[in-house]
Order: sequence, then structure tokens, then C-alpha cells
Amino acid sequence: MLEVESLTTRYGSIAAVREASLAVQVGEVVCLIGPNGAGKTTLLASVAGLLRPAAGRVVFDGVEVTGWSPDRMLRAGLALVPEHRRIFADLSVRENLLVGGVTQRPARRIELLDEVVDLFPVLAGKLPVPAGYLSGGEAQQLAIGRSLMGDPRLLLMDEPALGLAPVLVDVVFDLIGSLRDAGRTLLVVEQNAQRMLEVADRAYVMRSGQIVTEGSANELADRDDLFDTYLGRAGTLA
Amino acid sequence: MIEVVQQVVDGLGRGGIYALIALGIALIFGVMHLVNFAHGELITVGAYTSYWLFNTDLDWWLVTPIVVVVAVLTSVVIEFVAFRWVRGASDFTMLMTSFGVHFVVQALFVMYVSANFRQFPRPGWIFNTVRVGGVSLEVFDLVVVSVTLASLLAVYWLLQRTLFGISLRAAAEDFDAARLMGIRSNRVIRGAFALSGLLAGVAAVFWLMRSGQASPTAGLTPMLKGVLAALIGGLGSLSGAVLGGIVLGLVEVLLISRLPGGIAGLTDGIVFLLIALLFVFRPQGLITVRHAERV
Repeated sequence: MLEVESLTTRYGSIAAVREASLAVQVGEVVCLIGPNGAGKTTLLASVAGLLRPAAGRVVFDGVEVTGWSPDRMLRAGLALVPEHRRIFADLSVRENLLVGGVTQRPARRIELLDEVVDLFPVLAGKLPVPAGYLSGGEAQQLAIGRSLMGDPRLLLMDEPALGLAPVLVDVVFDLIGSLRDAGRTLLVVEQNAQRMLEVADRAYVMRSGQIVTEGSANELADRDDLFDTYLGRAGTLA
Repeated sequence: MIEVVQQVVDGLGRGGIYALIALGIALIFGVMHLVNFAHGELITVGAYTSYWLFNTDLDWWLVTPIVVVVAVLTSVVIEFVAFRWVRGASDFTMLMTSFGVHFVVQALFVMYVSANFRQFPRPGWIFNTVRVGGVSLEVFDLVVVSVTLASLLAVYWLLQRTLFGISLRAAAEDFDAARLMGIRSNRVIRGAFALSGLLAGVAAVFWLMRSGQASPTAGLTPMLKGVLAALIGGLGSLSGAVLGGIVLGLVEVLLISRLPGGIAGLTDGIVFLLIALLFVFRPQGLITVRHAERV
């Protein structure tokens, strides 16, 4: 579904991502793990069109989409839940969701709104509330719900558990599990490698801008050397 | 007491015009972080449009809609010709571009029309007064206040109730996040310039009805007042821009009427002093804007 081929993205003269390649198949949950500053966010932003790669290719559903703008990527079926959520704090919860569905026909937008509210019952009672008043966990659910309003076939998530209290981290991982069970295709960036490997099918490990290892989630979860060298144990990096 | 009511209505009339201009500046700042010093050119273009139209013997009732439409088109054209090419550049680059547009438009009028003032007739009713409960009020102020109020309500409705308006607010808050939702940069920015042009067009009509003249620098003063009002309100906040405009108008009228004759000419200086004081205590302006950081 998604193929990233030797992608390089630079900030000025510094290559934050160097010749990274990865692939996501339909129905898979793939995670991208690695320490802070490894280039994970840059890689997702380059795929979603927020950053323009300096070299390499992004192919989505067999079509080359390298350098497409984010709105065009969304119309093609790829959405990104950005790092730090980036919900619209001054807009109400309902307005946030409506903006998420801006690419949809009016009737479909309302349908999707109902679906998202069913999926995130906490949002149901807060539709008229300015999103800036939501708690971290609610805001994360809104951020994911807002991206689902675009009816994407592939959902990219950047650190969905970042900055959340431990109990809410559980909520987010349960949510990723339920999206997986509903047959969604996901590519998730996460620092909490142990937890992420429990819900993912496959994983890529990134470090210093490069993808250093890949494999099935089970296989990587058992590799102590990886955790010692790159990832650390849960709690030491979070 | 009566005098205060008159001054407040006068201040609201003046402030309403500032509010319309400031709201347009805040809208554009919101979606592209540009302080548009070329915003006044919409009023300059409106002024010459009025002048030419009066030469063909049109009446204000016909001139008004044409000036508004011309302001909208000018705004969209300026975006397309100038600002589109520096989108995403540093704030400083965009600021310089807006100065560039300001001087180019001014130079075009000097070169192809004239550096001199061109007069056109003001509508006959603007100095009429009506007596309401013992208070004598200028008809013009009442018209400005009611049209401004209607325009602001219409814009409020547009921003709150339509998907375009909600998208515009989303883009003003976090442009990249809005793009991730599928909002097209070109469309939302063009929309912001069109709306901003519409507001400037309405403001231009009132400004010109009162001044009755066109010159290459006709838009300079209203633009500066609009930028000031937007700054007072907290640049980027739409409600702040409206509030800032009205506060600025009221303060100016109160100062002009209260200052002793000898120093009334210092009104603008005192206004700037007050604004400087405001920023000492509230550097973010009257209304605080939460801006999300960019990637």
C-alpha cells in the first residue's frame, strides 16, 4: 500500500532522514521506533507532505506521490495524526471534527461524524466545548477522530502516547488495538517501543536518520540487544 | 451627558471603520503570518475607482457596490501576483513584500494618473444630523455603525456557521494542521484575501464618503489605523481586531474633544503613547492568541 524508497529529507545541510526505506501492506499495523531525534517525525512528515524530501520516492497505492501537498495526500487516502496532536484549540470539538471531514461530501461528513463519536464516546458530551479545554487523553482521541473524519485508508500517527498520564497511555494503546481489529492500516511512530511492539505486526527501528533494523514485532520484542543498544527499556526513554 | 453620547456614537462610527480594516488585516495575518502593509492599497484603488465612476456621472448608490467588488478583486489579485510567491517565507520577507506592493501601487498611480489629489462629490446627507431624545447625532455615524455591525455579524456567521469559515479559523490557528485535514492552501488563503478585501471595500466606501478625494497615498492612514487596531487587539485574534478598532476610534474621539485646543493636534502622538503603555502591561494585546508551533 505504501512504499518509501531511500527517502532523504534535509533541514538545511543536515539530513534528518537518510535513505530510509519502508513498506506498509494493507491491513497491517507497522510501527517505527527509535530514540529521540532519530528522524521518525521527519520521516512521517515527509511521507504526509508536510516536508519535501530531498531524494527518494514515496509510492502510495502504486502511484508516485513524492512531494505531494498534505491536502492532496489526504484526498489520496493517507492521513497523519501529527506530533503534539495539533488540535484546533479555539474551535469546538465538533468544529475540529468537521474540519477533519472537509474533503468529504456533506452527507458522508455527517455519517463519519456519527461513526467517530461512536468510536470515542468521551467526545459525545463535549461537542460544543472548545477543544482547548479537553484533557490530554481527550485531546488525543479528538486528534485521531479528526483524522478519521477524512476517511483515510492509511493512518499515520506520530507519538500518540506522548505526554499522557500512564492510565491514558493504556487508553491510546487500546485504541490502536481496536483500530487494528477494525481492519485499519496504521503506521505509528512511538518511543514506547515495548508497548508498541505488543500491538504492532511489524516494526522498523530508526536511529540517527537511518532505518537500522526491521522485522516482525514478536521477533524484535525478543531482541534484548536492540533494546540495550537503541531503545532502552520502557520507562527509561518515555 | 448629551455630549458624551454624541462622542460615543462618533467614536463608534470611527472605530467601526477601523474595525473593518483591522479584521481584514487580522484574517490575513492569521492564515499566513503576514502583516499586510499593502492593505491600504485596496482603499487607494477604491478611491480612484470612485473618482473615475463619478466622472461618468454615477451616483453613490451605484459606486458603493462597484468599489466593494473592485476591492475584493484587487485583494485577490495582489495575493496571486505578490504574496503567493513568498508564502512560507520568513515573516520579514513577507513584510518587505507587503511594503513593496504598497510602494508599487502608489508609484503606478503617481505615474499613470497624477500625484495630485482628485476630488469627487461627497454624498449630500453625510453632514445631516438627527435629534434622538435631545441628542443630536450625525446620520453618517449612525449609518457607519449599523452597516459595520451588519457586516461584522455577517462575517461572524460566515466564520462560525459555514464550513469555509470554520476551515479559515482552523487555518488561522494552525496552518499545517489544517493542510493535513485536506484544506487547500490556495483556496483558504484566496478566501481570506477576498473576505479581507470585502471588509476593506466597505470601509473604503465610508472613508471616501467622508474624505471625498483620491490620491496615491489615500490608503496610508486607514491602513496604519487598521494595523494599530489589530495590534491593540492582539495580532491574529479576529475578535481582538474588532475590539481594537472600536477602542482606537473611541479613544481618538475622546482625546480630540477633551484635549485643550493647543495640543489637540497631538492626538495621534498621545494615542501611540497609550498604545506603548498598553504593551508594557499587556504585550500580547487585549486578547491573547494561542499559536501552535510549526513543524
